[in-house]
Amino acid sequence: MNIPDLKVKIGSIEMKNPVTVASGTFGYGPEYADYVDLDRLGAITVKGISAEPHVGNETPRTFETASGMLNAIGLPGPGANGFCEKYLPFFESYSVPLIVNVWGKTVEDYGRVAEILDGPARVNALEVNVSCPNVKEGGALYGTDVDLFRSVVDEVRSKTEKPIIIKLAPNVANIKLFAKAAEACGADGISIMNSYPAMGIDIETRKPQLANRTGGLSGPAIKPIAMKLVWEAAQVVDIPIIGMGGVSTPEDALEFIIAGASAVAVGTANFTDPSTAVRVIDGIERWLSAKNIASVDDLVGTVKT
Amino acid sequence: MNQEKTIVLEHRCFQGNYRLIKLAAPTIGPLVQPGQFVHLRVPRLENAVLRRPFSVFKADDVGLSILYATVGLGTEALTSVAVGEEVSLLGPLGTGFPGVGKDKFPVLVAGGYGNAALYLQAKVSPVKGVAFFGGRSAQDILCVDEFEALGWDVRVTTDDGSLGAKGLVTDALDSWLEGEKDVASASLELFACGPNGMLKAVGDRALGNGFAAWLSMDRNMACGVGACLTCVIKRKTETGWEWARCCKDGPVFEASEILW
Repeated sequence: MNIPDLKVKIGSIEMKNPVTVASGTFGYGPEYADYVDLDRLGAITVKGISAEPHVGNETPRTFETASGMLNAIGLPGPGANGFCEKYLPFFESYSVPLIVNVWGKTVEDYGRVAEILDGPARVNALEVNVSCPNVKEGGALYGTDVDLFRSVVDEVRSKTEKPIIIKLAPNVANIKLFAKAAEACGADGISIMNSYPAMGIDIETRKPQLANRTGGLSGPAIKPIAMKLVWEAAQVVDIPIIGMGGVSTPEDALEFIIAGASAVAVGTANFTDPSTAVRVIDGIERWLSAKNIASVDDLVGTVKT
Repeated sequence: MNQEKTIVLEHRCFQGNYRLIKLAAPTIGPLVQPGQFVHLRVPRLENAVLRRPFSVFKADDVGLSILYATVGLGTEALTSVAVGEEVSLLGPLGTGFPGVGKDKFPVLVAGGYGNAALYLQAKVSPVKGVAFFGGRSAQDILCVDEFEALGWDVRVTTDDGSLGAKGLVTDALDSWLEGEKDVASASLELFACGPNGMLKAVGDRALGNGFAAWLSMDRNMACGVGACLTCVIKRKTETGWEWARCCKDGPVFEASEILW
Protein backbone atom coordinates (compact mmCIF):
# COMPACT_ATOMS: atom_id res chain seq x y z
CA MET A 1 0.00 0.00 0.00
CA ASN A 2 1.22 3.47 -0.84
CA ILE A 3 1.50 6.26 1.69
CA PRO A 4 -0.68 8.97 0.19
CA ASP A 5 0.44 12.57 -0.02
CA LEU A 6 -1.90 14.55 2.24
CA LYS A 7 -0.29 17.96 1.73
CA VAL A 8 -2.44 20.93 0.77
CA LYS A 9 -1.43 24.46 -0.13
CA ILE A 10 -3.64 27.45 0.53
CA GLY A 11 -1.84 30.52 -0.72
CA SER A 12 1.55 30.32 0.94
CA ILE A 13 0.39 28.09 3.80
CA GLU A 14 1.53 24.51 3.59
CA MET A 15 -0.84 22.22 5.44
CA LYS A 16 0.63 18.77 6.00
CA ASN A 17 -2.85 17.33 5.81
CA PRO A 18 -6.21 18.72 4.70
CA VAL A 19 -7.78 19.08 8.16
CA THR A 20 -8.16 22.20 10.25
CA VAL A 21 -10.68 23.16 12.94
CA ALA A 22 -13.57 25.56 12.47
CA SER A 23 -13.23 28.96 14.04
CA GLY A 24 -15.10 29.28 17.33
CA THR A 25 -15.04 25.58 18.13
CA PHE A 26 -11.42 25.38 19.23
CA GLY A 27 -10.93 28.50 21.34
CA TYR A 28 -7.61 30.30 20.87
CA GLY A 29 -5.47 27.17 20.83
CA PRO A 30 -4.43 26.25 24.38
CA GLU A 31 -7.89 25.04 25.44
CA TYR A 32 -7.62 21.72 23.61
CA ALA A 33 -3.84 21.24 23.90
CA ASP A 34 -4.29 18.61 26.65
CA TYR A 35 -6.50 16.49 24.40
CA VAL A 36 -5.11 16.94 20.91
CA ASP A 37 -1.53 16.99 19.64
CA LEU A 38 -1.96 20.35 17.91
CA ASP A 39 0.95 19.69 15.56
CA ARG A 40 -0.96 16.77 14.05
CA LEU A 41 -3.48 19.20 12.53
CA GLY A 42 -3.10 20.66 9.07
CA ALA A 43 -3.76 24.08 10.56
CA ILE A 44 -5.42 25.62 13.59
CA THR A 45 -8.12 28.21 13.01
CA VAL A 46 -8.76 30.28 16.12
CA LYS A 47 -11.85 32.11 17.29
CA GLY A 48 -12.87 35.37 15.60
CA ILE A 49 -10.76 38.39 16.50
CA SER A 50 -11.71 42.02 15.95
CA ALA A 51 -9.53 45.12 16.09
CA GLU A 52 -10.87 46.04 19.54
CA PRO A 53 -11.91 43.76 22.44
CA HIS A 54 -15.55 42.68 22.22
CA VAL A 55 -17.84 41.45 24.99
CA GLY A 56 -20.18 39.15 23.03
CA ASN A 57 -23.78 38.19 23.71
CA GLU A 58 -25.75 37.55 26.89
CA THR A 59 -26.54 33.95 27.89
CA PRO A 60 -27.94 31.47 26.95
CA ARG A 61 -25.54 31.33 24.05
CA THR A 62 -26.00 27.79 22.75
CA PHE A 63 -28.77 25.24 22.48
CA GLU A 64 -28.53 21.62 21.38
CA THR A 65 -30.79 20.55 18.51
CA ALA A 66 -31.28 17.33 16.53
CA SER A 67 -27.85 16.41 15.12
CA GLY A 68 -26.57 19.88 15.75
CA MET A 69 -26.64 22.96 17.90
CA LEU A 70 -27.56 26.61 17.77
CA ASN A 71 -25.04 29.19 18.85
CA ALA A 72 -25.06 32.93 19.29
CA ILE A 73 -21.87 33.51 21.22
CA GLY A 74 -21.49 36.95 19.64
CA LEU A 75 -17.74 36.90 19.02
CA PRO A 76 -16.41 37.89 22.44
CA GLY A 77 -12.66 38.33 22.27
CA PRO A 78 -9.58 40.13 23.50
CA GLY A 79 -9.05 42.22 20.35
CA ALA A 80 -6.16 41.87 17.91
CA ASN A 81 -3.45 43.27 20.19
CA GLY A 82 -4.80 41.35 23.17
CA PHE A 83 -4.78 38.16 21.13
CA CYS A 84 -1.17 38.68 20.04
CA GLU A 85 0.01 39.36 23.60
CA LYS A 86 -1.98 36.63 25.27
CA TYR A 87 -1.96 33.76 22.79
CA LEU A 88 0.84 34.05 20.20
CA PRO A 89 3.61 33.10 22.68
CA PHE A 90 1.76 29.80 23.24
CA PHE A 91 2.15 28.94 19.55
CA GLU A 92 5.95 29.40 19.57
CA SER A 93 6.35 25.83 20.78
CA TYR A 94 4.20 24.48 17.94
CA SER A 95 4.87 24.32 14.21
CA VAL A 96 1.22 24.00 13.11
CA PRO A 97 0.12 26.80 10.74
CA LEU A 98 -2.05 29.34 12.51
CA ILE A 99 -5.07 30.82 10.76
CA VAL A 100 -6.68 33.70 12.64
CA ASN A 101 -10.35 34.34 11.95
CA VAL A 102 -11.05 38.10 11.81
CA TRP A 103 -14.19 40.20 11.77
CA GLY A 104 -15.29 43.82 12.02
CA LYS A 105 -18.32 46.01 12.45
CA THR A 106 -17.28 48.29 9.60
CA VAL A 107 -15.12 47.94 6.50
CA GLU A 108 -12.45 50.03 8.28
CA ASP A 109 -12.57 47.62 11.27
CA TYR A 110 -11.76 44.73 8.94
CA GLY A 111 -8.82 46.72 7.58
CA ARG A 112 -7.53 47.53 11.07
CA VAL A 113 -7.56 43.98 12.35
CA ALA A 114 -5.87 42.78 9.13
CA GLU A 115 -3.20 45.45 9.50
CA ILE A 116 -2.44 44.53 13.12
CA LEU A 117 -2.25 40.81 12.37
CA ASP A 118 -0.12 41.39 9.28
CA GLY A 119 2.76 42.09 11.69
CA PRO A 120 3.41 38.95 13.75
CA ALA A 121 5.21 36.23 11.79
CA ARG A 122 3.45 33.47 13.77
CA VAL A 123 0.10 34.41 12.19
CA ASN A 124 0.19 32.44 8.94
CA ALA A 125 -3.11 33.43 7.37
CA LEU A 126 -6.34 35.28 8.03
CA GLU A 127 -9.79 33.82 7.62
CA VAL A 128 -12.19 36.69 7.02
CA ASN A 129 -15.55 36.22 8.69
CA VAL A 130 -18.08 38.11 6.59
CA SER A 131 -20.85 35.85 7.70
CA CYS A 132 -21.34 35.75 11.45
CA PRO A 133 -25.09 35.53 11.98
CA ASN A 134 -24.83 36.69 15.57
CA VAL A 135 -23.49 40.22 15.69
CA LYS A 136 -25.88 43.04 14.98
CA GLU A 137 -23.46 45.30 13.19
CA GLY A 138 -21.83 44.21 9.94
CA GLY A 139 -21.63 40.47 10.34
CA ALA A 140 -24.03 38.70 8.04
CA LEU A 141 -24.72 41.80 5.94
CA TYR A 142 -21.19 41.76 4.52
CA GLY A 143 -21.73 38.16 3.59
CA THR A 144 -25.01 38.58 1.77
CA ASP A 145 -24.63 41.86 -0.16
CA VAL A 146 -22.08 41.29 -2.88
CA ASP A 147 -21.00 44.96 -3.13
CA LEU A 148 -20.38 45.20 0.62
CA PHE A 149 -18.68 41.80 0.41
CA ARG A 150 -16.25 43.08 -2.22
CA SER A 151 -15.49 46.20 -0.20
CA VAL A 152 -14.50 44.06 2.81
CA VAL A 153 -12.33 41.66 0.82
CA ASP A 154 -10.66 44.56 -1.03
CA GLU A 155 -9.95 46.33 2.27
CA VAL A 156 -8.43 43.25 3.93
CA ARG A 157 -6.43 42.45 0.78
CA SER A 158 -4.97 45.95 0.76
CA LYS A 159 -3.86 45.66 4.42
CA THR A 160 -2.08 42.31 4.47
CA GLU A 161 0.38 40.31 2.42
CA LYS A 162 -0.64 37.12 4.21
CA PRO A 163 -2.97 34.60 2.63
CA ILE A 164 -6.61 35.51 3.15
CA ILE A 165 -9.42 32.98 3.21
CA ILE A 166 -12.96 34.32 2.96
CA LYS A 167 -15.59 32.50 5.02
CA LEU A 168 -18.84 32.65 3.07
CA ALA A 169 -22.37 32.94 4.37
CA PRO A 170 -24.60 30.00 3.41
CA ASN A 171 -27.82 32.01 3.24
CA VAL A 172 -27.34 33.59 -0.16
CA ALA A 173 -29.28 33.02 -3.37
CA ASN A 174 -26.18 32.31 -5.43
CA ILE A 175 -22.97 31.19 -3.71
CA LYS A 176 -21.09 31.30 -7.03
CA LEU A 177 -21.38 35.08 -7.11
CA PHE A 178 -19.60 35.41 -3.76
CA ALA A 179 -17.02 32.76 -4.50
CA LYS A 180 -16.07 34.47 -7.76
CA ALA A 181 -16.03 37.90 -6.11
CA ALA A 182 -13.64 36.62 -3.42
CA GLU A 183 -11.31 35.19 -6.05
CA ALA A 184 -11.47 38.35 -8.18
CA CYS A 185 -10.58 40.48 -5.12
CA GLY A 186 -7.42 38.46 -4.57
CA ALA A 187 -8.48 35.95 -1.90
CA ASP A 188 -6.23 32.90 -1.54
CA GLY A 189 -9.02 30.58 -0.47
CA ILE A 190 -12.66 30.27 0.54
CA SER A 191 -14.24 28.64 3.61
CA ILE A 192 -17.72 27.20 3.07
CA MET A 193 -19.81 27.45 5.19
CA ASN A 194 -20.54 29.44 8.32
CA SER A 195 -23.38 28.24 10.56
CA TYR A 196 -26.88 28.63 9.10
CA PRO A 197 -29.16 31.34 10.58
CA ALA A 198 -31.68 29.51 12.77
CA MET A 199 -33.91 29.68 15.82
CA GLY A 200 -35.44 27.60 18.60
CA ILE A 201 -38.25 28.48 21.02
CA ASP A 202 -39.13 27.09 24.46
CA ILE A 203 -42.84 26.32 24.23
CA GLU A 204 -43.40 26.70 27.99
CA THR A 205 -41.91 30.17 28.33
CA ARG A 206 -42.48 31.04 24.65
CA LYS A 207 -39.05 32.61 24.71
CA PRO A 208 -36.30 31.96 22.19
CA GLN A 209 -33.72 29.40 23.34
CA LEU A 210 -30.94 31.93 22.80
CA ALA A 211 -30.54 35.34 24.44
CA ASN A 212 -29.73 36.72 20.99
CA ARG A 213 -33.10 35.28 19.85
CA THR A 214 -31.57 33.79 16.69
CA GLY A 215 -28.28 32.03 16.13
CA GLY A 216 -26.38 29.80 13.76
CA LEU A 217 -27.05 26.10 13.26
CA SER A 218 -24.00 23.84 13.08
CA GLY A 219 -23.22 20.15 13.26
CA PRO A 220 -24.17 17.12 11.13
CA ALA A 221 -27.61 18.66 10.49
CA ILE A 222 -26.09 21.18 8.05
CA LYS A 223 -23.64 18.92 6.23
CA PRO A 224 -25.79 18.39 3.12
CA ILE A 225 -26.33 22.16 2.82
CA ALA A 226 -22.59 22.78 3.00
CA MET A 227 -21.96 19.99 0.51
CA LYS A 228 -24.13 21.61 -2.15
CA LEU A 229 -22.52 25.01 -1.61
CA VAL A 230 -18.99 23.59 -1.85
CA TRP A 231 -19.92 21.70 -5.01
CA GLU A 232 -21.41 24.84 -6.60
CA ALA A 233 -18.53 27.12 -5.65
CA ALA A 234 -15.92 24.62 -6.81
CA GLN A 235 -17.33 24.85 -10.31
CA VAL A 236 -16.48 28.53 -10.66
CA VAL A 237 -13.24 29.19 -8.76
CA ASP A 238 -9.67 27.93 -8.97
CA ILE A 239 -8.64 28.98 -5.46
CA PRO A 240 -8.86 26.23 -2.81
CA ILE A 241 -12.03 25.72 -0.78
CA ILE A 242 -12.07 24.63 2.86
CA GLY A 243 -15.28 22.67 3.34
CA MET A 244 -17.00 22.68 6.72
CA GLY A 245 -20.37 21.94 8.25
CA GLY A 246 -20.90 18.74 10.20
CA VAL A 247 -17.56 17.07 9.57
CA SER A 248 -17.44 14.31 12.21
CA THR A 249 -15.90 11.34 10.40
CA PRO A 250 -13.25 10.65 7.73
CA GLU A 251 -16.12 9.80 5.36
CA ASP A 252 -17.64 13.28 5.87
CA ALA A 253 -14.28 14.85 5.01
CA LEU A 254 -13.82 12.67 1.93
CA GLU A 255 -17.30 13.63 0.74
CA PHE A 256 -16.41 17.33 0.96
CA ILE A 257 -13.15 16.72 -0.90
CA ILE A 258 -14.95 14.83 -3.66
CA ALA A 259 -17.44 17.72 -3.87
CA GLY A 260 -14.57 20.11 -4.53
CA ALA A 261 -12.99 21.08 -1.20
CA SER A 262 -9.19 21.00 -0.97
CA ALA A 263 -9.35 20.86 2.82
CA VAL A 264 -11.96 20.54 5.56
CA ALA A 265 -12.57 21.92 9.02
CA VAL A 266 -13.91 19.99 12.00
CA GLY A 267 -16.27 22.18 14.01
CA THR A 268 -19.02 21.14 16.38
CA ALA A 269 -17.60 17.58 16.48
CA ASN A 270 -14.69 18.93 18.56
CA PHE A 271 -17.23 19.28 21.38
CA THR A 272 -18.52 15.75 20.90
CA ASP A 273 -15.02 14.32 20.85
CA PRO A 274 -11.82 16.38 20.92
CA SER A 275 -9.97 13.64 19.06
CA THR A 276 -12.24 13.96 15.99
CA ALA A 277 -9.81 15.97 13.84
CA VAL A 278 -6.99 13.47 14.39
CA ARG A 279 -9.32 10.55 13.66
CA VAL A 280 -10.43 12.29 10.46
CA ILE A 281 -6.80 12.76 9.35
CA ASP A 282 -5.92 9.13 10.02
CA GLY A 283 -9.08 7.93 8.29
CA ILE A 284 -8.46 10.01 5.15
CA GLU A 285 -4.95 8.57 4.92
CA ARG A 286 -6.20 4.99 5.35
CA TRP A 287 -8.96 5.43 2.77
CA LEU A 288 -6.67 6.97 0.14
CA SER A 289 -4.14 4.27 0.77
CA ALA A 290 -6.73 1.50 0.44
CA LYS A 291 -7.98 3.01 -2.82
CA ASN A 292 -4.42 3.41 -4.06
CA ILE A 293 -4.93 7.13 -4.61
CA ALA A 294 -1.56 8.88 -4.57
CA SER A 295 -2.57 12.21 -3.10
CA VAL A 296 -5.53 13.99 -1.58
CA ASP A 297 -5.21 16.47 -4.43
CA ASP A 298 -6.14 13.71 -6.87
CA LEU A 299 -9.50 13.35 -5.16
CA VAL A 300 -10.51 17.02 -5.06
CA GLY A 301 -13.61 17.76 -7.11
CA THR A 302 -13.86 14.26 -8.58
CA VAL A 303 -17.62 14.04 -8.08
CA LYS A 304 -19.27 12.41 -11.09
CA THR A 305 -22.22 14.54 -12.08
CA MET B 1 -7.06 16.61 32.09
CA ASN B 2 -7.58 13.49 30.09
CA GLN B 3 -9.89 11.73 27.71
CA GLU B 4 -10.55 8.19 28.85
CA LYS B 5 -12.69 5.27 27.75
CA THR B 6 -14.23 4.13 30.99
CA ILE B 7 -16.23 1.00 31.78
CA VAL B 8 -19.46 1.03 33.77
CA LEU B 9 -18.86 -0.91 36.99
CA GLU B 10 -22.16 -0.25 38.69
CA HIS B 11 -25.37 1.52 37.71
CA ARG B 12 -28.46 1.53 39.85
CA CYS B 13 -31.28 3.47 41.40
CA PHE B 14 -29.87 5.35 44.38
CA GLN B 15 -33.10 6.77 45.77
CA GLY B 16 -36.33 7.99 44.12
CA ASN B 17 -35.49 9.72 40.84
CA TYR B 18 -31.76 9.66 41.61
CA ARG B 19 -29.31 7.19 40.15
CA LEU B 20 -25.71 6.26 40.81
CA ILE B 21 -23.26 5.31 38.09
CA LYS B 22 -19.77 4.11 38.90
CA LEU B 23 -17.12 4.10 36.19
CA ALA B 24 -13.73 2.40 36.04
CA ALA B 25 -11.51 5.38 35.28
CA PRO B 26 -7.99 4.62 36.47
CA THR B 27 -6.56 7.64 34.64
CA ILE B 28 -9.10 10.31 35.58
CA GLY B 29 -10.24 8.96 38.97
CA PRO B 30 -7.01 9.63 40.92
CA LEU B 31 -6.75 13.16 39.51
CA VAL B 32 -10.14 14.43 40.66
CA GLN B 33 -10.06 17.32 43.12
CA PRO B 34 -13.12 18.27 45.21
CA GLY B 35 -15.61 20.30 43.17
CA GLN B 36 -14.36 19.25 39.75
CA PHE B 37 -16.55 17.67 37.10
CA VAL B 38 -16.36 15.26 34.18
CA HIS B 39 -17.81 15.63 30.68
CA LEU B 40 -19.55 12.46 29.61
CA ARG B 41 -20.56 11.26 26.17
CA VAL B 42 -23.89 9.50 26.62
CA PRO B 43 -23.76 6.20 24.72
CA ARG B 44 -26.33 5.70 21.95
CA LEU B 45 -27.46 9.31 22.05
CA GLU B 46 -26.21 9.51 18.51
CA ASN B 47 -27.97 12.66 17.36
CA ALA B 48 -26.73 14.66 20.34
CA VAL B 49 -23.57 16.57 19.49
CA LEU B 50 -22.84 17.65 23.04
CA ARG B 51 -21.43 15.82 26.03
CA ARG B 52 -23.08 16.15 29.43
CA PRO B 53 -21.23 17.58 32.45
CA PHE B 54 -21.57 15.85 35.83
CA SER B 55 -20.14 16.69 39.23
CA VAL B 56 -17.99 13.93 40.63
CA PHE B 57 -19.52 12.34 43.73
CA LYS B 58 -16.72 10.00 44.79
CA ALA B 59 -13.35 9.30 43.20
CA ASP B 60 -10.38 7.06 43.90
CA ASP B 61 -7.60 5.19 42.10
CA VAL B 62 -10.09 2.79 40.52
CA GLY B 63 -12.53 5.30 39.13
CA LEU B 64 -15.32 7.62 40.03
CA SER B 65 -19.03 7.76 40.67
CA ILE B 66 -21.71 10.21 39.65
CA LEU B 67 -25.03 10.83 41.34
CA TYR B 68 -27.60 12.10 38.87
CA ALA B 69 -31.29 12.77 38.39
CA THR B 70 -33.15 12.14 35.16
CA VAL B 71 -33.91 15.68 34.03
CA GLY B 72 -33.66 15.63 30.23
CA LEU B 73 -32.84 13.68 27.10
CA GLY B 74 -29.24 13.06 28.09
CA THR B 75 -29.87 11.74 31.58
CA GLU B 76 -32.88 9.73 30.38
CA ALA B 77 -30.67 8.04 27.79
CA LEU B 78 -27.98 7.51 30.41
CA THR B 79 -30.35 5.40 32.51
CA SER B 80 -30.22 2.65 29.86
CA VAL B 81 -26.45 2.25 30.04
CA ALA B 82 -25.53 -1.19 31.34
CA VAL B 83 -22.72 -2.50 33.50
CA GLY B 84 -19.75 -3.36 31.28
CA GLU B 85 -20.55 -0.70 28.66
CA GLU B 86 -17.94 1.81 27.56
CA VAL B 87 -18.42 5.50 28.35
CA SER B 88 -16.10 8.27 27.09
CA LEU B 89 -15.11 10.83 29.71
CA LEU B 90 -13.16 14.08 29.63
CA GLY B 91 -11.83 15.14 32.96
CA PRO B 92 -11.28 16.06 35.59
CA LEU B 93 -12.40 19.51 34.51
CA GLY B 94 -12.70 22.94 36.03
CA THR B 95 -11.50 24.70 39.13
CA GLY B 96 -13.01 23.09 42.22
CA PHE B 97 -13.15 24.02 45.89
CA PRO B 98 -10.08 25.39 47.63
CA GLY B 99 -8.94 23.61 50.78
CA VAL B 100 -10.66 24.73 53.97
CA GLY B 101 -8.77 27.78 55.25
CA LYS B 102 -6.53 27.50 58.31
CA ASP B 103 -8.52 27.90 61.55
CA LYS B 104 -11.77 28.08 59.59
CA PHE B 105 -14.95 26.28 60.62
CA PRO B 106 -16.43 24.71 57.46
CA VAL B 107 -20.14 24.77 56.71
CA LEU B 108 -21.71 22.89 53.81
CA VAL B 109 -24.98 23.99 52.20
CA ALA B 110 -26.65 21.83 49.58
CA GLY B 111 -29.91 21.82 47.70
CA GLY B 112 -31.11 18.36 46.69
CA TYR B 113 -28.43 16.18 45.11
CA GLY B 114 -26.09 19.18 45.03
CA ASN B 115 -24.48 17.59 48.07
CA ALA B 116 -22.91 14.98 45.77
CA ALA B 117 -20.56 17.73 44.54
CA LEU B 118 -19.61 18.46 48.17
CA TYR B 119 -18.78 14.92 49.21
CA LEU B 120 -15.07 14.94 48.31
CA GLN B 121 -14.66 18.34 49.96
CA ALA B 122 -16.38 17.00 53.08
CA LYS B 123 -14.06 14.01 53.04
CA VAL B 124 -10.78 15.93 52.77
CA SER B 125 -11.77 18.73 55.14
CA PRO B 126 -9.51 18.51 58.23
CA VAL B 127 -12.35 19.86 60.37
CA LYS B 128 -15.83 18.37 60.08
CA GLY B 129 -18.36 21.14 60.63
CA VAL B 130 -22.06 21.52 60.03
CA ALA B 131 -23.82 20.43 56.82
CA PHE B 132 -27.20 21.88 55.84
CA PHE B 133 -29.10 19.77 53.32
CA GLY B 134 -32.39 20.98 51.89
CA GLY B 135 -34.84 19.52 49.39
CA ARG B 136 -38.45 19.48 48.30
CA SER B 137 -39.29 16.35 50.27
CA ALA B 138 -37.70 13.39 52.07
CA GLN B 139 -36.88 11.59 48.85
CA ASP B 140 -34.75 14.53 47.69
CA ILE B 141 -32.47 14.33 50.73
CA LEU B 142 -29.58 12.03 49.93
CA CYS B 143 -26.47 10.67 51.59
CA VAL B 144 -27.15 11.94 55.13
CA ASP B 145 -25.60 8.83 56.63
CA GLU B 146 -22.53 9.12 54.38
CA PHE B 147 -21.78 12.65 55.54
CA GLU B 148 -22.48 11.70 59.15
CA ALA B 149 -20.07 8.80 58.77
CA LEU B 150 -17.39 11.32 57.77
CA GLY B 151 -18.08 13.18 61.01
CA TRP B 152 -20.31 16.02 59.83
CA ASP B 153 -23.22 17.38 61.85
CA VAL B 154 -26.01 17.13 59.25
CA ARG B 155 -29.13 19.35 59.53
CA VAL B 156 -31.99 18.54 57.16
CA THR B 157 -34.81 20.75 55.95
CA THR B 158 -37.57 19.94 53.47
CA ASP B 159 -40.11 22.20 51.80
CA ASP B 160 -42.97 19.91 52.89
CA GLY B 161 -41.59 18.94 56.29
CA SER B 162 -41.49 15.22 55.35
CA LEU B 163 -37.94 15.00 56.74
CA GLY B 164 -36.15 17.27 59.18
CA ALA B 165 -37.38 20.81 59.76
CA LYS B 166 -39.99 22.31 57.44
CA GLY B 167 -38.66 25.21 55.42
CA LEU B 168 -35.78 26.28 53.23
CA VAL B 169 -32.20 25.25 53.77
CA THR B 170 -31.32 28.92 54.18
CA ASP B 171 -33.90 29.22 57.03
CA ALA B 172 -31.98 26.55 58.92
CA LEU B 173 -28.69 28.23 58.07
CA ASP B 174 -30.03 31.60 59.30
CA SER B 175 -31.14 30.23 62.68
CA TRP B 176 -27.83 28.48 63.13
CA LEU B 177 -25.90 31.64 62.24
CA GLU B 178 -28.05 33.56 64.76
CA GLY B 179 -27.26 31.00 67.48
CA GLU B 180 -23.57 30.99 66.66
CA LYS B 181 -23.10 34.74 66.98
CA ASP B 182 -20.39 34.16 69.52
CA VAL B 183 -18.41 32.38 66.81
CA ALA B 184 -16.81 35.22 64.90
CA SER B 185 -18.22 35.32 61.37
CA ALA B 186 -14.73 35.61 60.00
CA SER B 187 -13.94 32.11 61.19
CA LEU B 188 -16.68 30.52 59.05
CA GLU B 189 -16.19 29.27 55.51
CA LEU B 190 -19.10 28.01 53.41
CA PHE B 191 -19.12 25.51 50.56
CA ALA B 192 -22.34 25.24 48.61
CA CYS B 193 -23.92 23.49 45.67
CA GLY B 194 -27.53 23.58 44.58
CA PRO B 195 -30.04 25.60 42.55
CA ASN B 196 -29.08 29.10 41.47
CA GLY B 197 -31.53 30.81 43.84
CA MET B 198 -30.12 28.92 46.81
CA LEU B 199 -26.54 29.75 45.81
CA LYS B 200 -27.38 33.43 45.55
CA ALA B 201 -29.11 33.33 48.96
CA VAL B 202 -26.06 31.65 50.50
CA GLY B 203 -23.78 34.17 48.79
CA ASP B 204 -25.85 37.07 50.15
CA ARG B 205 -25.47 35.73 53.70
CA ALA B 206 -21.71 35.40 53.23
CA LEU B 207 -21.39 38.96 51.93
CA GLY B 208 -23.64 40.30 54.72
CA ASN B 209 -21.70 38.54 57.48
CA GLY B 210 -18.17 38.88 56.17
CA PHE B 211 -17.28 35.24 55.60
CA ALA B 212 -16.27 33.45 52.41
CA ALA B 213 -18.71 31.23 50.52
CA TRP B 214 -17.48 29.00 47.69
CA LEU B 215 -20.34 28.31 45.32
CA SER B 216 -20.40 25.51 42.76
CA MET B 217 -22.24 27.04 39.80
CA ASP B 218 -24.17 25.11 37.20
CA ARG B 219 -24.54 26.37 33.63
CA ASN B 220 -25.33 24.71 30.34
CA MET B 221 -22.05 23.78 28.73
CA ALA B 222 -20.91 22.77 25.28
CA CYS B 223 -17.15 22.11 25.09
CA GLY B 224 -16.41 21.83 28.84
CA VAL B 225 -12.79 22.91 28.36
CA GLY B 226 -13.03 26.70 28.06
CA ALA B 227 -13.08 26.97 24.27
CA CYS B 228 -16.64 27.74 23.19
CA LEU B 229 -17.66 30.40 25.74
CA THR B 230 -21.18 29.01 26.20
CA CYS B 231 -21.23 28.70 30.00
CA VAL B 232 -20.02 32.17 30.91
CA ILE B 233 -21.04 34.04 34.06
CA LYS B 234 -20.43 37.65 35.03
CA ARG B 235 -17.46 38.05 37.35
CA LYS B 236 -16.79 41.38 39.04
CA THR B 237 -13.64 43.30 38.18
CA GLU B 238 -12.21 46.56 39.52
CA THR B 239 -13.89 48.50 36.75
CA GLY B 240 -17.06 46.50 36.19
CA TRP B 241 -17.38 42.90 35.12
CA GLU B 242 -15.99 40.31 32.74
CA TRP B 243 -17.19 36.98 31.44
CA ALA B 244 -15.73 34.02 33.33
CA ARG B 245 -16.05 30.48 32.04
CA CYS B 246 -18.02 28.26 34.39
CA CYS B 247 -16.28 25.16 32.96
CA LYS B 248 -12.71 26.40 33.29
CA ASP B 249 -12.50 29.36 35.70
CA GLY B 250 -15.23 27.66 37.76
CA PRO B 251 -17.50 25.85 38.39
CA VAL B 252 -16.57 27.02 41.91
CA PHE B 253 -16.53 30.78 42.45
CA GLU B 254 -16.28 32.79 45.65
CA ALA B 255 -19.58 34.57 46.33
CA SER B 256 -18.07 38.06 46.25
CA GLU B 257 -16.77 37.48 42.69
CA ILE B 258 -20.17 36.89 41.16
CA LEU B 259 -22.30 39.62 39.62
CA TRP B 260 -25.80 38.14 39.94
